[in-house]
Amino acid sequence: MSATPEQFAATGTLDVEALRAEFPALHQEINGHPLIYLDSAASAQRPAVVIDAIADYYRHDHANVHRGVHTLSDRATRAFEAARERVAGFINAAATHEVIWTRGTTEAINLVAQSHLRPRIGPGDEILVTWMEHHSNIVPWQLVCEQTGARLVAAPVTDAGEIDMAAFERLLGPQTRLVAVNHVSNALGTINPVARIVELAHAHDAPVLVDGAQAAPHLQVDVQALGCDFYAFSGHKVFGPTGIGVLWGRETLLDAMPPWHGGGEMIREVSFDGSTWNELPFKFEAGTPHIAGAVGLAAALEWLEHQDRTALAAHEADLLAHATHTLSEFEGLRIVGTAPHKASVVSFVFNDIHAHDIGTILDHEGVAIRTGHHCTMPLLRHYGLAATARASFSVYNTRAEIDRLAAALAKALTLFR
Amino acid sequence: MDRLQQLYREVILEHSRRPRNFRRLHAPARCADGINQLCGDRLRLCVNGDGARIDEAAFEGAGCAISIASASLLTEAVAGRTCDDALALADRLEQALSGTAPEDLGALEALCGVRAFPTRIRCATLAWRALRAALHGETRPVSTERAPNTPDTRTWTKTSHDVRPDQ
Ligand SMILES: [Zn+2]
Repeated sequence: MSATPEQFAATGTLDVEALRAEFPALHQEINGHPLIYLDSAASAQRPAVVIDAIADYYRHDHANVHRGVHTLSDRATRAFEAARERVAGFINAAATHEVIWTRGTTEAINLVAQSHLRPRIGPGDEILVTWMEHHSNIVPWQLVCEQTGARLVAAPVTDAGEIDMAAFERLLGPQTRLVAVNHVSNALGTINPVARIVELAHAHDAPVLVDGAQAAPHLQVDVQALGCDFYAFSGHKVFGPTGIGVLWGRETLLDAMPPWHGGGEMIREVSFDGSTWNELPFKFEAGTPHIAGAVGLAAALEWLEHQDRTALAAHEADLLAHATHTLSEFEGLRIVGTAPHKASVVSFVFNDIHAHDIGTILDHEGVAIRTGHHCTMPLLRHYGLAATARASFSVYNTRAEIDRLAAALAKALTLFR
Repeated sequence: MDRLQQLYREVILEHSRRPRNFRRLHAPARCADGINQLCGDRLRLCVNGDGARIDEAAFEGAGCAISIASASLLTEAVAGRTCDDALALADRLEQALSGTAPEDLGALEALCGVRAFPTRIRCATLAWRALRAALHGETRPVSTERAPNTPDTRTWTKTSHDVRPDQ
């Protein structure tokens, strides 16, 4: 999962230039400089095969799914359901119908919050999250708390940016009705010990939802090995389209959940006396779905699975090590998030230059990074920060690009100091 | 000078490093909070005066160089002006930054480098939106995500959004 630079040297088979050539958006100039895209944690770029798959679908195969007897409808339905199967394989789901299409991670979490949790909890019950959750793994639970009188509890994070597991354990109890935790932190890069968290939570009969938005592009996700109960991720962070995402859930849990959106597709029979629900996974998929999104996501996952994923992981680990080392050389720069197990994300602050100014100066040099609170305001508040600069690396980035990042930072310092 | 040097002029950097009137004003000063969602700039702007004229303006907060420099310049620019005059200056600045009016801004012209950086205009206008809110007695924090608060007919002496020292 997290390969070391030594492993990279040992494999060293990745042809990054050839891989970069597959991503059309990378080959452009920004403000007179070659684009250096270091914001893949916000959204990755897409390889041409994904863009082509979406275009081909619309050019040749589009019709509504699960509706018509005509050829196009059949083709669209087959492509749509084949995409679901691809996702099931990608995360090693026990059954394809455990894969529910959503608009993204956020919607997947809201689905679990409203359909699974809301009917089951009340005053005295608790939902346990951590300080390092994205707002989308905080706010849906806060809504449920408002609706039911339950309480949201958050486990603290250490200075290095790891979940304080002793504190986490202390916060678990019979009152804990669900644990919701990110697999990889978007703001810090920390890879969290999800299997251990699941073990602890299950000892208290609390199901675990994993926000996998940042993990899917970096790790080989196996929901059965993790032992979790729900897993959510988004298409656009894993080289697929925006507007499509996945909720995986255990069949027994999904079966027991009522639908949360009403409409077409999710019903078996409708009359004014009442309606009966369709079976999994359609029960949760009201309305015409994002068929092209599913097709594009399947193309992205197929592309990813055809890569040497060990080599990709080793390359990302090498980029992380190089970036960490390079940035540490800067006087007055502090890396926020120094856990030993990290995905290729480096958040940093300067003691005298605001992240926002860094972002503008870097953009002027063609370097795209993210600046701000990264939708993790509680976490940054803990570190006494309002904003950080975040460089996130994907398989298509290079050491040379990190050196260009460093050169652009040096320019910012000259301007400011 | 390239675009970047236009943005980070010496006067901007100097104000961001050593902001003027960076302090809290106590009651009966009128205060308003401004938040820039994009980058987390967050400041509280306060004004003291007799209701018609601003005697002093001050601010506190944290943010990028542009937002801090703009707030600092604001406190110098509006002190001694009538409220109407200060609001008119805020309008002129916003128009100049969006390129819809000529620059005639005195010291504030230093802020005009942001015109080449559309994502940073909100940093430059944050303090000015807070000024409007303070003068109009707005009680909610102003966000640069929203359109400027439309002036209402209340005057800032009649409403009672006074900031207590402990707030
Ligand atoms: Zn700003």
